[in-house]
Amino acid sequence: MVASAQSERSAGNVSSAAGPSIRAEPSRLASLIQYAAFPVAVLAVWQICSEVGFVRHNVLPAPSEVLAVWYDLVTGTTDAAARYSGTWLDHAWASTWRVFAGFAWGVALGISLGLVIGLSRVMERVFDPTIQVLRNIPVTAWVPLSLVFFGIGNAPAVFLIGLGAFFPAAINTTHGVRQINVTLYKCAQMMGANERELLTRVILPAAMPSILTGVRLSMGIAWVLVVVAEILAVRSGLGYLLNDAYLFYRNDVVIAAMLSIGLLGFCSDRLVVLFRDYILAWNTKETFGGQD
Amino acid sequence: MARIDIRTVDKSFPTGSGSVVALTDINFVIRDKELITLVGASGCGKSTLLNLIAGFETPTSGQLLVDGAPIKGPGPDRGVVFQQTALFPWLSVEDNIAFGLRLNANKNKGSPEAVTQRMLERTGLLPFRSRRPAELSGGMRQRAAIASVLAINPSTLLMDEPFGALDSLTRSIMQDFLLEIWEEERKTVVLVTHDIDEAIYLADRTVVMTAHPGRVREVIDVDLPRPRRYEMRSDPRFIALRDHVTGIVRNETIKGTAMAAPAWTPELVQAAART
Repeated sequence: MVASAQSERSAGNVSSAAGPSIRAEPSRLASLIQYAAFPVAVLAVWQICSEVGFVRHNVLPAPSEVLAVWYDLVTGTTDAAARYSGTWLDHAWASTWRVFAGFAWGVALGISLGLVIGLSRVMERVFDPTIQVLRNIPVTAWVPLSLVFFGIGNAPAVFLIGLGAFFPAAINTTHGVRQINVTLYKCAQMMGANERELLTRVILPAAMPSILTGVRLSMGIAWVLVVVAEILAVRSGLGYLLNDAYLFYRNDVVIAAMLSIGLLGFCSDRLVVLFRDYILAWNTKETFGGQD
Repeated sequence: MARIDIRTVDKSFPTGSGSVVALTDINFVIRDKELITLVGASGCGKSTLLNLIAGFETPTSGQLLVDGAPIKGPGPDRGVVFQQTALFPWLSVEDNIAFGLRLNANKNKGSPEAVTQRMLERTGLLPFRSRRPAELSGGMRQRAAIASVLAINPSTLLMDEPFGALDSLTRSIMQDFLLEIWEEERKTVVLVTHDIDEAIYLADRTVVMTAHPGRVREVIDVDLPRPRRYEMRSDPRFIALRDHVTGIVRNETIKGTAMAAPAWTPELVQAAART
């Protein structure tokens, strides 16, 4: 979020409504240092601790060893990852596929139901209490039932991920619809907009900032749940790799799998943010956006 | 044509305990192509009356007619300019102006592109056509809002304190802008304001309202010549009208606050002395 706000500010015209900051833009080098300083420091301390021998290598392998194992996981050339050598792409693809399948149905249903509830007090009374109660059940608590219902395989995984993605999308959509500026709604009504036009030309665009906040949270939850689902319900994916490597005491592979999940989750989040910044370019001038 | 008949209209709003009477026994006619202003202290129900004409509210009793037909709800024949500028923040100025014309209800009102072009020229917003509302000044924003309402060519223009949020210089420029538009297009205009100068300067007739409950105190013919110019505000006839209206509004406001304030009992005086 910070990254996107900064790049927008430096790319666009900032003269008129650039917000409360009066300081100059940081230079390219300065902002690169700001981005890199913390992660580099963490890696350095970790590597040093490992070299000095504070922790045993099979408990916490050094970043350099993790990198070597990760390389073999992906390419299958050095055999550093032994039985997992060269399997990364299959696992990564399996996880990504499940995340997006679950995310797609959860978010689609969440936005639709969120709109219905947001638009109608009657529908709120019909659906909202159920949603509010179900929302408080951790999605992991659905694991036993979903295994009984769907068996072992992709179905329970996609079910769990979608269920987790559903709630933030639904709740933020309802909130987005409810906080629409009533003057805009009345204005469109006065101009003769019919129900469909009110929905597509006023309500959806006006609720979009909130809807996309929900979608972003849904994406984050999807990556959490794919690991849970893969540990318990399927025999592929980065979650499965992580659990299997744990059973074989390969913490280097565990860490490589963890970082892979983090990286793919980060890339998915960037996709959502890119989409949001594209759709909501109008919103940057309306909101605070943070100081430089 | 747009003649508006307001017949024995009452409006009350339900509250926790009973209801509050916002308007009572409102009776007057707004003639076709007349510029009428509603003026009064806050709480006199002038905005409620405008909302009734717009169709956002329905009267508790009585009737509101446009050309003889009862008002059933908001519609593009009665364009509303809101105090809080109603521009869609995600649309550019030109897309905001074209918004109404792109609706199914207005598809026979001419090409959105051509009308928008004319409105942009007329309002001086041509250089700012692709700006977003957040990138405009307050005056330009209200100009764009007026243009977006004029684009759908309503027979009546309802304006709820349209210049209330502007500084006084911009406000007086916008008043002249409104008069120019009105002299060209000759629509029925109903404008709500608490600014007495504005009410008289613009109006053919001004309706002076008083509060608790809101009622029409007096309907004043403003027989100042048109076209009106800024200098007219120092004309003795203008000043006489202004003093007259100010007298009514002030008197009623003072009466209202005197009634609302608690009587100063000895206990209250003592309590005040202690704090």
